[in-house]
Amino acid sequence: MAKERGWQARLFRGLPAEHEAKLIPLLQQVQKAYGYLPPDALERVADELGVPPTRVHGVASFYRQFTDAPRGRHTVQVCLGTACHVGGGKGIRDVLTQVLGIQPGATTPDGAITLEEVHCLGCCSLAPVIVVDGVAYGRNDRKKALRTLMECYDHEPPGA
Amino acid sequence: MITNLRELERLGEEGRRSLWPASGKIVVGTASCGLAAGAQAVAQGLFQAVQEHRLAYEISGTGCLGYCSQEPLVEVRCGDGLRVVYAQVNEERADELVAGLEGGDLSPELALCRWQEEAQPARKDPAAEAFPHHQQLGFYRRQQRAVLRNCGLIDPQSVAEYVACGGYSGLATALTMSPEDIIGTVGRAGLRGRGGAGFPTGRKWALARKEPGTRKSLICNADEGDPGAYMDRSILEGDPHAVIEGMAIGAYAIGADEGYIYVRAEYPLAVERVREALRQAKQLGLLGEGILGSSFSFDVHLMAGAGAFVCGEETALIASIEGRRGMPRPRPPFPAQAGLWGRPTNVNNVETWANVPLILTRGAQWFAGVGTDGSKGTKVFSLVGRTQNSGLVEVPMGITVRELVYEVGGGTADGGRCKAVQTGGPSGGCIPESLFDTPIDFDSLRGVGAMMGSGGLVVLGERTCMVDMARYFLRFTQGESCGQCPACRLGTKRMLEVLVRITEGRGEEQDLPLLEELAEGVRTASLCGLGRTAPNPVLTTLRHFRHEYEAHVRDRRCPAGVCRALVVYHIDPERCLGCGACRTACPQGAISGEPKKAHTIDPERCVRCGACIEACLVEAVRPG
Repeated sequence: MAKERGWQARLFRGLPAEHEAKLIPLLQQVQKAYGYLPPDALERVADELGVPPTRVHGVASFYRQFTDAPRGRHTVQVCLGTACHVGGGKGIRDVLTQVLGIQPGATTPDGAITLEEVHCLGCCSLAPVIVVDGVAYGRNDRKKALRTLMECYDHEPPGA
Repeated sequence: MITNLRELERLGEEGRRSLWPASGKIVVGTASCGLAAGAQAVAQGLFQAVQEHRLAYEISGTGCLGYCSQEPLVEVRCGDGLRVVYAQVNEERADELVAGLEGGDLSPELALCRWQEEAQPARKDPAAEAFPHHQQLGFYRRQQRAVLRNCGLIDPQSVAEYVACGGYSGLATALTMSPEDIIGTVGRAGLRGRGGAGFPTGRKWALARKEPGTRKSLICNADEGDPGAYMDRSILEGDPHAVIEGMAIGAYAIGADEGYIYVRAEYPLAVERVREALRQAKQLGLLGEGILGSSFSFDVHLMAGAGAFVCGEETALIASIEGRRGMPRPRPPFPAQAGLWGRPTNVNNVETWANVPLILTRGAQWFAGVGTDGSKGTKVFSLVGRTQNSGLVEVPMGITVRELVYEVGGGTADGGRCKAVQTGGPSGGCIPESLFDTPIDFDSLRGVGAMMGSGGLVVLGERTCMVDMARYFLRFTQGESCGQCPACRLGTKRMLEVLVRITEGRGEEQDLPLLEELAEGVRTASLCGLGRTAPNPVLTTLRHFRHEYEAHVRDRRCPAGVCRALVVYHIDPERCLGCGACRTACPQGAISGEPKKAHTIDPERCVRCGACIEACLVEAVRPG
């Protein structure tokens, strides 16, 4: 081995298997703090836990919650669970993609809004549902969803 | 610290005082669904109004009363025990309500019902009789709230209120019994797993108990991923201690010393409430070393999922807790033999755990007296979709689909025909109206090709295309397939391609047998439940709604008017008022017409987005 990295050193220390259970919670903290998983942070996680970086990348790429690109300042989620699907959630997604000019999963070029599709938030009686920055809004139609989206921009600092 | 029954009773006293303060109390349903309907603003409005009017009412939050289509729900709990529930309360109504309370007026015109539990003595006085009993409402008449007994009653963040309602007495009882007796009791009760498969809980526990090993684990599966289902979320948000108590009883019976609650990532409020409940339970010594003064020790950890539907499968869930990719592995060995870190592990779903304290306090006989021969007890369903009443309902097993849809659900919202119900999410199937007399229990539902699943029940009306529905679920399972076994990874992909082709008007007659053939392959060759059940939505719709598929491939027509490539929008000149609402709403500029005269749609420019249908006030725009 050329230069030994932190994770390689720890690999041979015989840490208990339970130790690896910290991987997902740690990645969740990184995701929360940075809004995404920066490559440096992933290496750091591997070093801290003493697991190979491939493991970290494998886990990070498996779960939907983790993203490798920075997110917008606001997140708009359109629910497409069964009740929202039959209640017109698709129409709302279409109008939001049209207005924002991005596909679900992408962020607007000005970095203001990330648009996401989610499968069921468990508010099915209030379908169709959208969530803006963690706050759920129920009983939507296109017009109401657009109004909620506009409020996002109202809370933007001028010139942002 | 609580080390004996007397101390538990004292905590219950404290809880009773906060549940029923002499000065009265106003409780607001602040589960996720209530919050999405605006409960936070209502609670703030109530708080301000109570201050302004200088009233003594306390304000607190509670879980879900179930009647989600009537959210936000507010309950006024009078000092004398009268409970009045108000529906669709907004800030304005909140002011009105509090203003009335100042003069002792309960505003019967705003009220939904009076809530009265069976255990409470019936009140005959005129003050109470101004309100209908909650069981007089169609929505509640057939319901029997056992698992949901505390949801909507207690403050979920108050362990004292949980104890006041009999909480942790099941655990206290269990600790006086032998583990074998507890397993025997749960077995006699006939409890079957509520996560979908319906495996007898007592038998599962016995398997984990008899495994050798000094350390055993317990898991509560709260990775409720089926779209259209939210029973587990509501239980965790409304009564988290019931789940913790159930787990503690199970741990004692099996001989486990640690447990995990694995909550789905999309449920932040449930995570928060469970975290707080665990903190309280540990602080009071209801978890940890020497529980309730006994020699039994058990600790529970909370793990938030990271967004993967397949983690609802028990071996994938275990992999996820261990910090790995959530991929299922072949069984055997079953988790009961080698689960979390190789230890014998018992996995049960949220609702199953919440049933356990009930069996200990009310007895196996009581539990077995509810439901059918093969399926005992009650089941919680999320009744959603095109029904008039929607929400979380708890009914005895064996109720028919028809009773659930028409009596509890009140039929369709627009009075139209109900075409089918979809049960069990992406693993389940569609039950057509002709089979609505099927009793809802584990075995009958399987008999018609559907399954109980975890309890999602989506009512579909005339405007739902069954082919689109099948495509919707296949797109979901295809996206959630973990990808390790080819049958699931490739099979669902091929099936989805065929379904997309059909919904886009490029389907051929031979696509239908092709779908059936692919479905058979995916069903038999997949490793885990996700793949094995993925074809169900396609198979049941092909079985019961084949004519819709045939209309798509033979006539290039979508009878429900959903599949965009197969419909043309037109405006009924008889109905159109010429108001221009559709013209303004159309993003394509495809609609033209003079004010107050019938409008028309240019089919060349129309993209069938549905904006005009939504905008039209008189239902003049129709797909066809």
